[in-house]
Amino acid sequence: MAQPTLFDKSQPGKRCTQMPSAAMAAEEFLPADQLRAEAPRLPELSEPEIARHYARLAGQNFNVDANFYPLGSCTMKYNPKVHEEIAGAAGFSRLHPSAPDECAQGALRLMRELETWLAQILGMDAVSLQPPAGAAGEFTSLRVFRAWHDSRGDTKRTRVIVPDTAHGTNPASVARCGWDVTVLKSGEDGRVAPEALADALGDDVAALMLTNPSTLGLFETRVLEVNAMVHEAGGLVYCDGANMNALLGHARPGDMGFDAVHVNLHKTFSTPHGGGGPGAGPIGVVAKLEPFLPSPRIVERGGALAWDWDRPESIGKVQAWFGNFLVAVRAWAYIQANGGEGLRQVARDAVLAANYIRASLQETWDLPYPGVCMHECVLSAKTLKNATGIRAADVAKRLLDYGIHPPTMYFPLIVEEALMIEPTETESKAAMDYFIEMMQEIAQDAAGRPDLLHEAPHETPVRRVDEVAAARKPILRWREE
Amino acid sequence: MAWQPHSERDRREMLEALGAESVDALFADIPAGLRETAMPDLPAPLTEMELVARAADLAGQNASLDELTCFAGGGIYDHFIPAIVRNVISRPEFLTPYTPYQPEASQGTLQAIFEYQTMICELTGMHSANASLYDGATALGEAVLLAADVTHRKRVVIAGALSPVARQAAETYCSAGGIEIALAPWDDATGQTDLAALAEMLDDSVACVALQQPNYFGVLEQMPEAASLAREAGALFTAMVEPTSLVLLKPPGEYDADLVVGEGQPLGLPPGYGGPLLGIFACREEYLRQMPGRVVGRTVDAAGETAYCLTLQTREQHIRRDRATSNICTNQGLCALAAAVYMAAMGPEGLREVALLGAERAHQLRDLLNAAGLEPRFGGAFLNEFVLRVPAQADAVVRELCAQGYLVGPSLARDFDELGDCLLLATTERRTVAEVEAVVDAMNALELEEK
Repeated sequence: MAQPTLFDKSQPGKRCTQMPSAAMAAEEFLPADQLRAEAPRLPELSEPEIARHYARLAGQNFNVDANFYPLGSCTMKYNPKVHEEIAGAAGFSRLHPSAPDECAQGALRLMRELETWLAQILGMDAVSLQPPAGAAGEFTSLRVFRAWHDSRGDTKRTRVIVPDTAHGTNPASVARCGWDVTVLKSGEDGRVAPEALADALGDDVAALMLTNPSTLGLFETRVLEVNAMVHEAGGLVYCDGANMNALLGHARPGDMGFDAVHVNLHKTFSTPHGGGGPGAGPIGVVAKLEPFLPSPRIVERGGALAWDWDRPESIGKVQAWFGNFLVAVRAWAYIQANGGEGLRQVARDAVLAANYIRASLQETWDLPYPGVCMHECVLSAKTLKNATGIRAADVAKRLLDYGIHPPTMYFPLIVEEALMIEPTETESKAAMDYFIEMMQEIAQDAAGRPDLLHEAPHETPVRRVDEVAAARKPILRWREE
Repeated sequence: MAWQPHSERDRREMLEALGAESVDALFADIPAGLRETAMPDLPAPLTEMELVARAADLAGQNASLDELTCFAGGGIYDHFIPAIVRNVISRPEFLTPYTPYQPEASQGTLQAIFEYQTMICELTGMHSANASLYDGATALGEAVLLAADVTHRKRVVIAGALSPVARQAAETYCSAGGIEIALAPWDDATGQTDLAALAEMLDDSVACVALQQPNYFGVLEQMPEAASLAREAGALFTAMVEPTSLVLLKPPGEYDADLVVGEGQPLGLPPGYGGPLLGIFACREEYLRQMPGRVVGRTVDAAGETAYCLTLQTREQHIRRDRATSNICTNQGLCALAAAVYMAAMGPEGLREVALLGAERAHQLRDLLNAAGLEPRFGGAFLNEFVLRVPAQADAVVRELCAQGYLVGPSLARDFDELGDCLLLATTERRTVAEVEAVVDAMNALELEEK
């Protein structure tokens, strides 16, 4: 059951944090026509009431510490506790972005190291930490591509090719860049088919966006050939690195021929998702694109590090300052703690786990693209649905009753009743075995006790939520009733 | 260090269960040549103890606001953050979940964001607020694109006295879509946007007029008058606001702003070297379905009880793809939560105290500087921030004062050619009268040296 809101609990005159009183009144320094007539109706509560409120809300959230969270494409790995301590240090968290560079040498050093390490991991020449999220990294990269084409006087390129398996952010970022999307149908094996690509290419193609491994959890086996084709046609190739967790130490986007790639620090590099953010989406690019990266850039001047704001070819800013720095601090700590071998082992365990789940469930559930997968496997409830009427959404909701966060559903779009499962490397075998067992039980219940599934979840703080009603008549704020 | 829980036996059993010879076999789809060059050249791994020491070493090479007395502003302010804020956002139940796409497993996050949206509506006086964007700068970019979209116009007019980082982010967003940005000049005496000049710039090609309140110079703008000018030209009016100031100032809803954006950092977020921040976005009801980003709505569950979920998702990229209202996927969930806890802890009265104290210190600072012969550059009314003209190159003054333990600025030299001898000074409730006096003494001494 939902908790009463802070506003329901509020009573005039209650206080939590008090400040010393000001001697001046607003009227003394503000012209009368600037003054607010009525105070905003913010909640008025004591500290114990606020603490209780959020403790109760916290109790209604699944989370990575408490629950297996095999949400495909989201890489919900464990978030190491030490990172929170490090990022909370005053030297990082209480550093003002306008501090002179000589007062921020530690931060600059850390960012420079992270740039260098990410460049190593990605096989790229230069890295920008400024994009504040994955989608921002996509937009930034495309904007850099556009600046590069423009710098060559090549303004005829207005199309970007995006496979039908891509994340929705890919086409949305293309549109934001003022370009048109050409959707590329995946081949029989779920991968990009060079033959289809050849038909789509032309001298008006600015770029191809490719997610590797794809959202089907498959490595694009013909990536070298595909990227060469795009280059041959005068285009650039962008790697959506959302699934980089599979490739650490095993393959680098730069070596595959990509011109730019983004990584999600909140996925591969273990920074917490925060219930929807903040994330960070640094990008790596090949040398020829470096001049166009967001401004400012870190440079070395006289033995110290400094921000270079004088970047005439830069696309400009994509975040207010230098990106989500405190997120970068956590990712820096993660790489520093793992080293190269450690990161390689991360990918090995992640891929092993996904294949273990695939192999354990492929008899009971459909596996539309058979064979070995990378960091995630995409199952389908299609046969189950045809036989029992139980849909992927019902399966997802029933998993909640078992304390398991559901896989990503209905994505990628080319798989009917998709269940996209990414266990990550940080779940124990015991946790995965429990998940496997529950998935099998659900498949049995679908035939024997379908109502149990239709009506799921039963054990969560609220029952199945009516999302259609929410959209039909949006109530987006509390009001007194 | 490793955060993988597997024993060698676990790994062996998994391999056996799936019938693979080795883990290497699972990577066979990757061409051998790629695998050969893939090992990154990284420093040797550190234990947790070593890592903490290394991080402390780097953190120690920064002069944080624990060491420097902060009189800096420019969008990031040194406010006091009550302990409960850090306590709540550190809970793994809020820190570690994904976006609340599964409402039954995420009521805590969803309700907290719903409450955040309500607080933003209350502060701004607007109909609706979203679940947050990356920062104030990109929120302005989103607002400008929204305006261009609904008006089918290709020009926007932004106040020249608006935050340069926000303007630059908006430019990056706009230039890709062929949208042109023009800057409205400010009045040299007051520092306010010159409304007569603004009026001259408006015609039926203008999608949006954006002003900041208080503006980047700390000066209060004539927002209702600017909003009227925008409306007469058929353009949307965007107010970029500083949230704590709204407890004192006329909220944008009262002067019929169409869109409101702002940097939410003052609401309980540390400066964090500029990120993560909090992009505030609010709008009139009619633009609800064009709004970028996530939004939480109240609904009911199957038992008819109150419940919350993400809503209006057909605007978003995961449904609408290239026709989405924005490419944004994440919000700044945890930052929005911090802001909500902060606003709940402060309440209307605490927030009023914060705003008043900051303004009081700034006016004391101004008076003491005046007495010392240093003048604010602009004469317009201000709250807790103003531009000071210094008899030297502003960057040098910032560096020199920093060496003496005071962070002032930013200097305006980089972003405003004509204001190379000017810097921002800002105060919050954290500054004491003694600190105000001390910084004036320091500036005074500095000035004498340079003469």
